[in-house]
Amino acid sequence: MEAWIRARVTLALTLFALLFFVSRSSPPLQFVISNAERRIDLSSHIINVHLTLKVENTGTRPASEVVLALTPTEVDHLAMVDALAIKGKRKKTTSVRLEVKPTELPDAPPIDAKYFTIYLADPLNSGESTTLEVLYVFTHFLEPFPAEIAQSESQLVFYHDTALILSPYHIKQQTTFIKTPSTKVESFIRVEPTKRVGTEIKYGPYEDCPPYSISPIHVHFENNSPFAVVEELVQEIEISHWGNIQVTGHYTLVHAGARHKGVFSRVDYQSRQFSNGASSFRYLLARLPARVHSVYYRDEIGNISSSHLRTNSLKSELEIEPRYPLFGGWKATFVIGYGLPLQDFLFESSDDKRYLNFTFGCPLIGMVVDKLTIKVVLPEGSTDPSPVVPFPVEHRLEAKYSSLDVIGRTVVVLEKKNFVPMHNSHFQVYYTFNPIFMLAEPLMLASAFFMFFVACVAYIHIDLSIRK
Amino acid sequence: MAAPEASTAAVPTLYTNNTLRNAFGGVLSFFILLLIGVLAFSIRLFSVIKYESVIHEFDPYFNYRVTQFLTKKGIYEFWNWFDDRTWYPLGRVIGGTVYPGLTLTAGTIWWLLNSLNIPLSVETVCVFTAPIFSAFASWATYLLTKEVKGAGAGLTSAVLLAMVPSYISRSVAGSYDNEAVAIFALIFTFYLYLKTLNTGSLFYATLNSLAYFYMVCSWGGYTFIINLIPMHVLLCIVTGRYSSRLYIAYAPLVVLGTLLAALVPVVGFNAVMTSEHFASFLVFIIIHVVAFVYYIKGILSPKMFKVAVTLVVTVGLAVCCAVIAVLIALVASSPTKGWSGRSLSLLDPTYASKYIPIIASVSEHQPPTWPSYFMDINVLAFLVPAGIIACFLPLSDASSFVVLYIATSVYFSGVMVRLMLVLAPAACITSGIALSEAFDVLTGSIKFQLPGVTSNAEVDAGETSSDTSEAQTDEVKAEKPDDTSKNRPLKKSKKKERELAENPPAKATAKAKAKAKAEKKRLLALPLEASVISLLLLVVLGAFYVVHSVWAAAEAYSAPSIVLTTRSRDGLHVFDDFREAYAWLSHNTDVNDKVASWWDYGYQTTAMANRTVIVDNNTWNNTHIATVGTAMSSPERAAWEIFHSLDVKYVLVVFGGLIGYPSDDINKFLWMVRIGGGVFPHIKEPDYLRDGQYRIDSQATPTMLNCLMYKLSYYRFVETDGKAYDRVRRTEIGKKYFKLTHFEEVFTTHHWMVRIYKLKPLKNRIRGKAKKSKSKTSSTSSSKRSGTKKKNPWQ
Repeated sequence: MEAWIRARVTLALTLFALLFFVSRSSPPLQFVISNAERRIDLSSHIINVHLTLKVENTGTRPASEVVLALTPTEVDHLAMVDALAIKGKRKKTTSVRLEVKPTELPDAPPIDAKYFTIYLADPLNSGESTTLEVLYVFTHFLEPFPAEIAQSESQLVFYHDTALILSPYHIKQQTTFIKTPSTKVESFIRVEPTKRVGTEIKYGPYEDCPPYSISPIHVHFENNSPFAVVEELVQEIEISHWGNIQVTGHYTLVHAGARHKGVFSRVDYQSRQFSNGASSFRYLLARLPARVHSVYYRDEIGNISSSHLRTNSLKSELEIEPRYPLFGGWKATFVIGYGLPLQDFLFESSDDKRYLNFTFGCPLIGMVVDKLTIKVVLPEGSTDPSPVVPFPVEHRLEAKYSSLDVIGRTVVVLEKKNFVPMHNSHFQVYYTFNPIFMLAEPLMLASAFFMFFVACVAYIHIDLSIRK
Repeated sequence: MAAPEASTAAVPTLYTNNTLRNAFGGVLSFFILLLIGVLAFSIRLFSVIKYESVIHEFDPYFNYRVTQFLTKKGIYEFWNWFDDRTWYPLGRVIGGTVYPGLTLTAGTIWWLLNSLNIPLSVETVCVFTAPIFSAFASWATYLLTKEVKGAGAGLTSAVLLAMVPSYISRSVAGSYDNEAVAIFALIFTFYLYLKTLNTGSLFYATLNSLAYFYMVCSWGGYTFIINLIPMHVLLCIVTGRYSSRLYIAYAPLVVLGTLLAALVPVVGFNAVMTSEHFASFLVFIIIHVVAFVYYIKGILSPKMFKVAVTLVVTVGLAVCCAVIAVLIALVASSPTKGWSGRSLSLLDPTYASKYIPIIASVSEHQPPTWPSYFMDINVLAFLVPAGIIACFLPLSDASSFVVLYIATSVYFSGVMVRLMLVLAPAACITSGIALSEAFDVLTGSIKFQLPGVTSNAEVDAGETSSDTSEAQTDEVKAEKPDDTSKNRPLKKSKKKERELAENPPAKATAKAKAKAKAEKKRLLALPLEASVISLLLLVVLGAFYVVHSVWAAAEAYSAPSIVLTTRSRDGLHVFDDFREAYAWLSHNTDVNDKVASWWDYGYQTTAMANRTVIVDNNTWNNTHIATVGTAMSSPERAAWEIFHSLDVKYVLVVFGGLIGYPSDDINKFLWMVRIGGGVFPHIKEPDYLRDGQYRIDSQATPTMLNCLMYKLSYYRFVETDGKAYDRVRRTEIGKKYFKLTHFEEVFTTHHWMVRIYKLKPLKNRIRGKAKKSKSKTSSTSSSKRSGTKKKNPWQ
């Protein structure tokens, strides 16, 4: 009986919630985009799309939610989306970061699309207009074609997009600029007016495009920039209150470009560096914090001897070379570890808590990380861990036992998929820690030795012989 | 004759003085031993400091891989482990064919540390196992020598062993091989044997068989123990030194030891079935007969005893002859005469090179050269004879064992360079005895001769000299702290009584002689200058040894051999090509791909690249190795057929010609030809030699220039410098421009040291061939037919 009532109540609540959602998220399609400019940078395997929108409220009510539309494939490869509101004129512009959230549009749109809503800081009154700058970052979006290349060939890739910006709004005027890394462009689809100058292809300007208008294009061009991708990075940050932070990063590196086909000839690779293996890469640069010490670079079978560390007072740079040059599809795994002075990264907050302030990111420069896991190992005996990260991440707690631990250390695990360098930012982990715990292990050792000596003394003085 | 009086007068003060001295001596020797342990451990860390903490060479990689498996899967899985990643397609039963001592030791250490939450990796534990056990080995040496000649000699031998280059070569950090723990086990077993022999305690006898069990677990060299101890027992019996202590030292060892040894899967029934163990059983019978005879002798009157002896001897001889004849017939009927190949090559040094090229091909199975003695045991070689002489003054059971040990190990080390390792402890023990005796004599005579020393010192000197002239075991006991020697005097007196009972007049005269000798010695003490100078010389000799050992540890034996370094004017050059290749294989080929290489690189490939190999360093199947050798020495097409039939996807060759790395596959190639030719007669060594000379330049035979090994090593080599100059062979190669039809280069390391080729797939080959000229097709098809039929593309 009781269960039945509870079920009915739950059902009623669910229905109510659904109704509320539907009523609340009715489309605020009262904007018109008076001018849109899109600049697509294809010079590396991380694609930056800068979208400048001039949005005008043509509705009757003030509105504050601007909707962006992307195709599902774009959303699959989207690493981040960021929006800025530009205020002021000409040189005295200031920008304000705006909140962007994925949303659903309830009325069936004419084509399959996914949406993001930008929440303006101040509602836009009827008839007013504002300028928004949107940055999309895509990864794994360039399709190598041919998919397999030999050592001497250079890497050609496809870029697929539409010449017209996908938008739920009417766009009065729009232009798209595509920047390629070199002048070597095999082919591209023209949607007049289209112009190609040097490394830039200009689509548009197009006038008066209705909502959801698209015009598929592709660009087939040479891109020999290293398609270096870290498939998985597990970065472990171990805090010791004795004065050290130990950072250990386990990398799985892969060349995500066109797969290498057939022969790898060392003699060609060594004698004709430029024409051979143009898309391969040998060196990687890692930027480490200043005052880094005891840096090591190794893999599961030992030290990798090819690395250089340059340090100065502001930053340290570690130039590493995997054991072999990476061609398309080749993988390598390695570990980079280093120690840092504790006082540079650990602070005390006002409420008697301590917090670690560290970079959330991959030390290797210009690297896409498919799955980034950051593990913060707090000292044994610390409680109430709470991470503060500027963007949404998955987080959970684990326990780790190391060096004579009894109760284990709390590990805060933060996971982020599809990480790009633009994500690099600081994060904090707050926790409470009683310094008395620092003495636990030395005391334990001391007492163990004490017991041992007492046992020795006892053994010497006890006569265990049966025969007197 | 003033001295005896003085000594009787000074007895009470002397006694307290001595206990204090003993206490200090005990503490001092404890700290010295601790320092010796630290020295033994730290002298082996040069490889970690100069290179890195990494597993060395070839066999250690296999042990490391087994240990990884053990720590991951547990002990039961380990016993049942059938390894399908090696000896493809045969596989290998690891649990039943490996000496598990080392693996279990390191696995236990790892488990212990991890259960204490000390997170050391398996690799770290494996790297440091050998140095830890060499510290144990030097302590065991101390114990052993102490049983023979007292604590001073013990400490000296322990120091010598801690840094003997021969042992360092096998136990530097990272050299994770069976010998690392086996030498400790060997010395410790010998120590417990001597301890049992000196005390007659069954407790030590049991410990002895346990130590022997550990040795059996660790190394095939346990047969040395199980032959040496019977030899010593036999020696004791023959020289009339039979005692019940000898019986207790030997009989439990054979019974318990054999039972325990049979528990180790790799030994199993070999412990009772192979001829290596035969001697121990024979001596076991003999010692029982002797014991029985002594028993009967005690019961019967002398006359009756004589009658009994004649009766038994006649009957016994007949029975023995019959039994021995049967045994010999049994042994002779087995193909290897019941001896395994390696053991046979010990007894007959020419055996291996005559019959088993695979044993002869290993450099550590070659007989050593004279310089290698100097390199490996250095000044000990000169001290050993002195030590042997010291062992005879006086000859006790224990010192006769040491003499026997050194004599046999010198022989074995002369047979196989690897067994220099067995010689090293013996040499250390005898040289330790020699040095300590020499120091004793020299310091004694200095003390005696020094004008400023009081009469007390004189007494001291007299006492030490008389001590040394007396049986050494007594001295040992005198130096023991009181509580431990509580039950010793009892035994000692027992022993004395027994000895007295055995031959009272002889003993008495010996004692009298000793006394007289002591007095004479006091008169005949060496002149002061001579003793000071010889003392200095001995110190210089010791210093020379230390310098040499440190040099050997730092320079000669610390290189891990998987990473090479050279020093040039512009800094250190690192050649890390092996790991480059293995890492490439491990990350960029399919997990189930099979890699063929010469067997040297088998263990490393399975351990570092985790790929299936055809043959590896556990050379148990000669035919399989011969197949690979044949493939390497065949022309490309035939080799392709062989490799294809073995499902090989990649072929790995090691080539040193570009940078001058001498131990590459071209230099090992003649062994491949020999081993291959031993099984497949169409491979003939003379085909590869021009006038008996092995060469790869323009004078080389066409067979040589067309074989797979040549082609894979020198493919496109000419494009590096335009002349194709081989820096190892110091010549230009014979055939510079050629193409590969059935193999393609997929990876070559930075310095060209490792080259990996992929077998081209079947269908491309046929299409490509069809386009070629007719003559070629006909020749290849004929060779194909013959190749598929009997793997013989030559006729």
